[in-house]
Amino acid sequence: MTTDSPVIEAHGLGLSYGATRALDGVDLTVPAGTVLGVLGPNGAGKTTAVRVLSTLLRPDTGTARVAGHDIRTDPQAVRRAIGLTGQYASVDEDLTGTQNLAMIGRLLGLPRAAARARAADLLAGFSLTDAADRSAGTYSGGMRRRLDLAASLVGRPQVLFLDEPTTGLDPRSRTEVWDVVRRLVDDGTSVLLTTQYLEEADELADDIVVFDAGRVVAHGTSDELKHRAGAQTLAVRPRERADLPVVLQVLEQVTGAAPTVDGQGTASVPVRGEAVLGTVLDLLTTRGVGLSELGVRLPSLDEVFFALTGHQTAIPEKEAVA
Amino acid sequence: MTTAVIPPPPVVDTTPRLPALQQSLTLAWRNVVKIRKQPEALMDVSLQPIIFTVLFVFVFGGAIAGDWRDYLTYLVPGILVQTLMFATQGIGVALNNDITKGVFDRFRSLPIARSAPLVGAVLSDVVRYTTSIAVLLAFAAALGFRTTQGLPAAALAVLVALAFAMCLSWVFVWIGLTVRSAGAVQGVGFLATFPLTFGSTALVQADTLPGWLQAFTRNNPVTHLIDTVRGLLLGGPVAEPLAWTAGWAALLLAVFVPLAMRAYRRRV
Repeated sequence: MTTDSPVIEAHGLGLSYGATRALDGVDLTVPAGTVLGVLGPNGAGKTTAVRVLSTLLRPDTGTARVAGHDIRTDPQAVRRAIGLTGQYASVDEDLTGTQNLAMIGRLLGLPRAAARARAADLLAGFSLTDAADRSAGTYSGGMRRRLDLAASLVGRPQVLFLDEPTTGLDPRSRTEVWDVVRRLVDDGTSVLLTTQYLEEADELADDIVVFDAGRVVAHGTSDELKHRAGAQTLAVRPRERADLPVVLQVLEQVTGAAPTVDGQGTASVPVRGEAVLGTVLDLLTTRGVGLSELGVRLPSLDEVFFALTGHQTAIPEKEAVA
Repeated sequence: MTTAVIPPPPVVDTTPRLPALQQSLTLAWRNVVKIRKQPEALMDVSLQPIIFTVLFVFVFGGAIAGDWRDYLTYLVPGILVQTLMFATQGIGVALNNDITKGVFDRFRSLPIARSAPLVGAVLSDVVRYTTSIAVLLAFAAALGFRTTQGLPAAALAVLVALAFAMCLSWVFVWIGLTVRSAGAVQGVGFLATFPLTFGSTALVQADTLPGWLQAFTRNNPVTHLIDTVRGLLLGGPVAEPLAWTAGWAALLLAVFVPLAMRAYRRRV
């Protein structure tokens, strides 16, 4: 699935809008066939990074190669290798689904019949065949986003940029977009995906970088980030509620911290690493306590994000993203 | 140099014989489809020639020429060019909207000629210009206007006017890409268009004007175009105003195509 040559490689990308440093020395690597999730709040520079890597903006500083081509010296070659789905669905509302896709096919040099055939294939692949001859303006948000995604695939790109592809979609449409992305990755497409949804990064991304104020503040797999960001939680629930005092005593003895108990009778205590798990299990077994739950839980990506950037994610308002 | 890390995608032939032209035509087609979907987009260019004709012929005709029929004959070439001048502004508004909506992001991320979206817009605007001329000539004919130089000359007059409008529209392409909002395009457009159209021979002959204004009017490119059209429809000198018109058109292209392209590259 992966090889060692990255399809996206960026070093020290910097870009300013006036006094605003939208990108402040960004390094990125996307190995072929993988999905990189770029996570961060509004204004963190995610969209700017996508626009630079997809040749819509020229960086002030730094270099990047996409599919082996330099974004500064050979942008046309980069454009031949990429597909871009922007934050705001950029389909033409007056054109039908077929017309939107066939137009892109024609622009890419397909003969008329081939462009229409490609459009029909893509519409079928995105469950849009029934709406093929309707104006895109009549589509629902999810359909429009799927059409937008299809439009970025007409040229069969090697690298796909998805800028907040599910922002504003209902959960069902979101799952549909996720399925499409997984299929594309299975077919060998590499993806750079920006998102404000930690769940989305968790679902789709092999690697995650966290952006804040134009910088990469963390990088790793979802699990690595969760490990790095702090304490895990040991949760123990005895089968018999009467055993709870024994459980609390054992947990305090092993970890040296006072456990908390929730309404279901689960005792939780912060721990470092899974090593204590065996000790706790041994002690409780010796004392004849039957357990219905025992586990070490990683923090959620939300907690990780908060720990890394000092502020919350998922700001619902759409601000102008620099 | 290229690292063939994943199987190359199925070949897409991205090299038709004249790629830039083909891409421009495809994008012009897109605009024509949009016009067909929203015929009200042609409302301005359909109504303006009628309103201008009625207004000038019947309000001022008696005072200026003594008889409205005589004035109609004088006025038609002027109105033809005047409505074209106003029609060229539409392209700036349309481009500004396209950019705001993000459609151009897609075009700019495709491996196509940088000029294609702009050239496509200029080409498709011919539909608007032709509509405006057709409505005007039909309406004027209904009121009794007749050309005196024959159909080939009249056809040439229309072609010259269309060609000039396409060159002039690059000014508004540039403005549309430079100013922030579609409303501002119109503001700037009217500021530029009013003195040029009214300070021309569209409505009155240059000799009736005060000296300082005559100097402006006689060197106004719009005057040259109107005189050319007038000559081809009604008789009179054609070669000299046509040469001036061609010169102005070339100058407009030479200045505003590069400016527009630069603005397009810079526009985020």
